[in-house]
Amino acid sequence: MTNTKMEKHSFLYQFESFISKNQKLLLILLAAVLCLLPKGVNNQYFLTVIVKMAVYAMFGLGLNILTGYTGLVSLGHAGFVAIGAYTASLCAVKLGLSFFPSMLLGMVAAGLVGILLGLPTLRLTGTYLSIVTLGFGEIIKMIAMNWSPVTNGTLGVKNIPKPAVFGMKLTIANHGLYYLVMIILVVCTVFCLVLVKSKTGRALQAIKGDELASVMMGINITYYKILAFVLSACICAAAGALYATLIGYVDPNTFNFDVSTLILSIVILGGMGTIRGMFLGAAILIALPEVSRFLMVYRFVLYGVILVVMMRFRPQGILGWKSQLPYKLSRQVMERLKMAETEEAGDNG
Amino acid sequence: MADNAYLSVKGITKRFGGIVAVEQVSFEINKGEVVSIIGPNGAGKTTVFNMLTGVYQVDEGTVVFNGEEIQNKKPKHIVMAGMSRTFQNIRLFQDMRVIENVLIGAHIKTSYSFLDSTFRTARYRKEEDEKVLQAIELLKSVGLEHRKDDYASNLPYGDQRKLEIARAIATGAGLLLLDEPAAGMNPKESEELMLFIRSLKQKGYTVLLIEHDMSVVMNISDRIYVIDHGKPIAQGLPVEIANNERVIEAYLGGVHKDAEDK
Repeated sequence: MTNTKMEKHSFLYQFESFISKNQKLLLILLAAVLCLLPKGVNNQYFLTVIVKMAVYAMFGLGLNILTGYTGLVSLGHAGFVAIGAYTASLCAVKLGLSFFPSMLLGMVAAGLVGILLGLPTLRLTGTYLSIVTLGFGEIIKMIAMNWSPVTNGTLGVKNIPKPAVFGMKLTIANHGLYYLVMIILVVCTVFCLVLVKSKTGRALQAIKGDELASVMMGINITYYKILAFVLSACICAAAGALYATLIGYVDPNTFNFDVSTLILSIVILGGMGTIRGMFLGAAILIALPEVSRFLMVYRFVLYGVILVVMMRFRPQGILGWKSQLPYKLSRQVMERLKMAETEEAGDNG
Repeated sequence: MADNAYLSVKGITKRFGGIVAVEQVSFEINKGEVVSIIGPNGAGKTTVFNMLTGVYQVDEGTVVFNGEEIQNKKPKHIVMAGMSRTFQNIRLFQDMRVIENVLIGAHIKTSYSFLDSTFRTARYRKEEDEKVLQAIELLKSVGLEHRKDDYASNLPYGDQRKLEIARAIATGAGLLLLDEPAAGMNPKESEELMLFIRSLKQKGYTVLLIEHDMSVVMNISDRIYVIDHGKPIAQGLPVEIANNERVIEAYLGGVHKDAEDK
């Protein structure tokens, strides 16, 4: 008991209870800031960086389902990003489809490949699984490079159209693309938050915690591992489609191994198995090369140093704490518990 | 008796390559009984558990549980049939909260679909609330309610054992397989555990116990089966087992035989 009391004075507890008490207000504030940001800073370069952060945060959210919650480390997630980006771009450029159906097709394609990659990797864990995913990333890159009739080989896909809504092209200049990316990011975030709080999310975390115990609880490991692969792939593919339309051009090298490690770094730096961490991770790792341009080539050293220092002093990630607040009960449950309590008190009296 | 036993195991055998880990082990448990399997280290007790719960294939023999043959069925099927277990070395979901551990136990009883939870349908909310309330109720009944928000890794050892049993109960199981629940406990803790297992029996649970702590085994078992080197060597009431020569021999390493030879 003293233990719990001590924790209540901790900074983390104070901070978390402040957030949860003012949740609505903070969310409105955040929404307002996000809405007004493009008006306030009418700077294309700045907005592009923000949008890039949002897209990378989505990559992080995607990989986090697999690595953070299910405990399967993937070193080839750029592969899923590439599938999403290529499928969507090719549908838009070659078939003339508009953005949203293209993005959906990209997600479907990545989801199917997610099943294919998930199946053989079911028996693999740890390092072995990571090596397979590493190979997967390279294979996708090779396909993009060599399947010239479709992917246009090393030349890549050019002039990827911007998404259009009611005939209006969404670009960074008219802020449309910014809002589109933010809306999709919010949808992804809500999806992840809801997922974690459901039996699916619990099953994934159980698999990460102890696979044998999960099996003995009747959890279908095969199904949930593949589901994790598919969900992860779909989110990364959606973000990949956005990335392609943002940059306007994709080639096989857009999605090389560096991108896979960057996504993994975002997840680890921000805090594996947290959703908040993905935003901070993406913000830091995307902002870093931009703000440290004066360091020129040495900025990659800085990048490395940050990761090393992190691993030494905060291996769980910057925001990787376990919540100290009580388990959140729904209002109905609280009411029922209170009723039961008063009944009991009545019986005793 | 054979036909109406809750769990009836007949001649199950497990081989690992050339080694026979468990040979022709048979036993029966009636509803509401506490039955123990004892034997020296490496006798094959945990292997029996692993065969019952579907972790290992059963090479020979049958397992009939609640009127249904369950040998070599998938673990999920066996859990759903109403048999759940704990582990010798505690296997909780350490990074999750106490209540979440119980909710995972209730996984197979939770029937809302992925779409239900994604769109937070009424069905999802109703069932999730129901399961949370049941989990709190269950934790209350094992005396862990005040710990429900803690992370499992922060619980003291005895409470972790209790939580593991609570998690097994949450699956809706009627038969609980407890693998050395008193291991590593001090006398006071095992005394508590004994009372706890007795209270489970009173609530109508059937318990199959593997245990080394003889004070626990002798006090709470209705019947005891003894196996040594994978083979059954004795069975009977606690008093009978305590005085059985073969059992004493198995535990004390054949002192009797040597004495006789001389």
